Amino acid sequence: MKVTATKSALELIQQLKDTHGENLLFHQSGGCCDGSAPMCYPANEYLVGDGDVLIGKIGGIPFYISETQHEAWKNTDLIIDCISGMGGMFSLDNGTGKRFLTRSEICVPEGTNLN
Amino acid sequence: MAIKKKIAKTKAKKKKTKSAKKSRKKLRTKKKVVTKKSATKKRSKKTRITNKLKTNKREVKKMSTETIKSDVSASLDTSHLKVPFPYKKKYGNYINGKFVEPLSGKYFDNVSPINNEVICQVPRSDAKDVDAALDAAHEAFKEWGKTDITTRSNILNKIADVLEKNLNLLATAECLDNGKPIRECMAADLPLVIDHWRYFAGVIRAEEGSIAEISNSQYSYNIPEPLGVVGQIVPWNFPLLMATWKLAPALAAGNCSVIKPAEQTPASIMLMMELIGDLLPPGVVNVVSGFGLEAGKPLASSKRIAKIAFTGETTTGRLIMQYAAQNLIPITLELGGKSPNIFFEDVMDKDDAFLDKCVEGFVMFNLNQGEVCTCPSRALVQESIYDKFMEKVIARTKAVVQDNPLKMETMIGAQASVEQMEKIKSYLDLGKKEGAKVLCGGEVAKLNSGLENGNYIQPTIFEGDNKMRIFQEEIFGPVVSVTKFKDEAHALEIANDTLYGLGAGVWTRNGNIAYRMGRAIQAGIVWTNCYHAYPAHSPFGGYKQSGVGRETHKMMLNHYRQNKNLHVSYAENKLGFF
Repeated sequence: MKVTATKSALELIQQLKDTHGENLLFHQSGGCCDGSAPMCYPANEYLVGDGDVLIGKIGGIPFYISETQHEAWKNTDLIIDCISGMGGMFSLDNGTGKRFLTRSEICVPEGTNLN
Repeated sequence: MAIKKKIAKTKAKKKKTKSAKKSRKKLRTKKKVVTKKSATKKRSKKTRITNKLKTNKREVKKMSTETIKSDVSASLDTSHLKVPFPYKKKYGNYINGKFVEPLSGKYFDNVSPINNEVICQVPRSDAKDVDAALDAAHEAFKEWGKTDITTRSNILNKIADVLEKNLNLLATAECLDNGKPIRECMAADLPLVIDHWRYFAGVIRAEEGSIAEISNSQYSYNIPEPLGVVGQIVPWNFPLLMATWKLAPALAAGNCSVIKPAEQTPASIMLMMELIGDLLPPGVVNVVSGFGLEAGKPLASSKRIAKIAFTGETTTGRLIMQYAAQNLIPITLELGGKSPNIFFEDVMDKDDAFLDKCVEGFVMFNLNQGEVCTCPSRALVQESIYDKFMEKVIARTKAVVQDNPLKMETMIGAQASVEQMEKIKSYLDLGKKEGAKVLCGGEVAKLNSGLENGNYIQPTIFEGDNKMRIFQEEIFGPVVSVTKFKDEAHALEIANDTLYGLGAGVWTRNGNIAYRMGRAIQAGIVWTNCYHAYPAHSPFGGYKQSGVGRETHKMMLNHYRQNKNLHVSYAENKLGFF
């Protein structure tokens, strides 16, 4: 599983860095309502632990997903996009009029025997 | 069946006209009041400014009342429902028994998902408004927490009565705010709202604490006591019903609440407070509208709440637990699911009413546009009946009427927000990339007649494998992913192969299979030969990552209470240790 970001998502990340500082993180959500949205927080506000997997960085910001969700999502690469919207719960994009959206592509899981 | 009956009822002309007359009368009266208040406001402008200078910063400005918004487009016309357009142009926060301006003076536009037209403005509140609401709630708790149970129960019953009298108006408001079909609002959402208030009004009258006889001179009296002021964050899928699931038990248990509606659906609760606000002492319920980051976070992380209840997704759920950990307060979390709906081969033993019910049970994934935490979004069908059964459910799904949610005939309405529609689209796209077969739907629905800008998705059936993402993650749209199973053990294996465990459905004519499956599926609620039933006295909540705690049912009262153990010794003599 890899994570990348579109140009518009990178612009929104920069906007959030300008407002909230460089020290941010992403955590991929699951479940109902705003589930599946990538949430962005000040790094010192969201507790990541042994049960989270760091799958990469976008715009210099680490992107985490829970280990169990990683297992269920491992056949996909995540492309973080930016769309118009007003939701996002406590994520820093909330209220900017834009929000992050996770799009996905199929990937070949690590360790897969292709022969 | 119940829904059919209720729809028939609402169609009955006589009743419709009668209630419409009542609603119109009520609104006419309100308009008069509005005019009167505005006049008073003008006259006392000078005095108000002087008073304002005297008051401290946190004191709230009383909301200027606005007239009903009437300049909406034809797609949002409500006259065929015999109710006027329900919303005013602008709402304040409901704090301390009145509507007040947000302290920053900021508002945001609230759009209807039906066509994304602005229907009203609501406050864009921040931490200061949350503080004002908490001030009011703490003040109110001094009395409300001690109010006798009969009084509290009677108030809850009166709330239910007023809501019932205004059912059509509130249903229309919910339809406009959320985009769900008016027939669901009238036959499900609002009747359930009313029933929940009555249930908690009733249940607190009948329950008692307990007494343990430790010895013949020592007794332990267990007395339930309210927690105090609680914070409640409501989702956008059932704005009034989820607010009620949280408010009714909290109030019944003697708590005061600061509640934040979702920014996507912030308006219907304001209309509800307009109708029921004067039945409650000021400050018992305080509604603060705004964005999650600006208003929800200060509420959830406040040191001044005794509990936080949240419905939403897992990452925010974890963050809320983190805040609760810092403040050492209890939580209730409802975080969604990926509920399996399992059809055993014997459902097709006969072509009868029960089979027809099973087919409807499958198509239930369309209820509320699939925006239900317990949406039966994974269907498991036994392979021996797969082709024949799927033929029936595809035909029934294709017959689902998608149109303007305000029409009584519409079965599926609009997704609650543009971004929600975008998310569903991303999963429709992913499902196809994963190799799932589209059995019907699979695209955005293009509607015309003024609905071109609305958020519509075609009812979609994917056929695939349980390991696919579309089987593993809540899409929260009218999308079901179907797979086959060989036998009971195989069905159970697939059903439990998920991170979540909120709901499940089991359909069979065999009681033993139903019992075994019901007990073995790791989910908080297993509907057997039914689905999407939410009566007040049926507990709702999840196993695994679906959340913590339960909502609805009298057991909910204890999520909003402390237990006071009053341990009393009636013995005259000392223990003898010292």
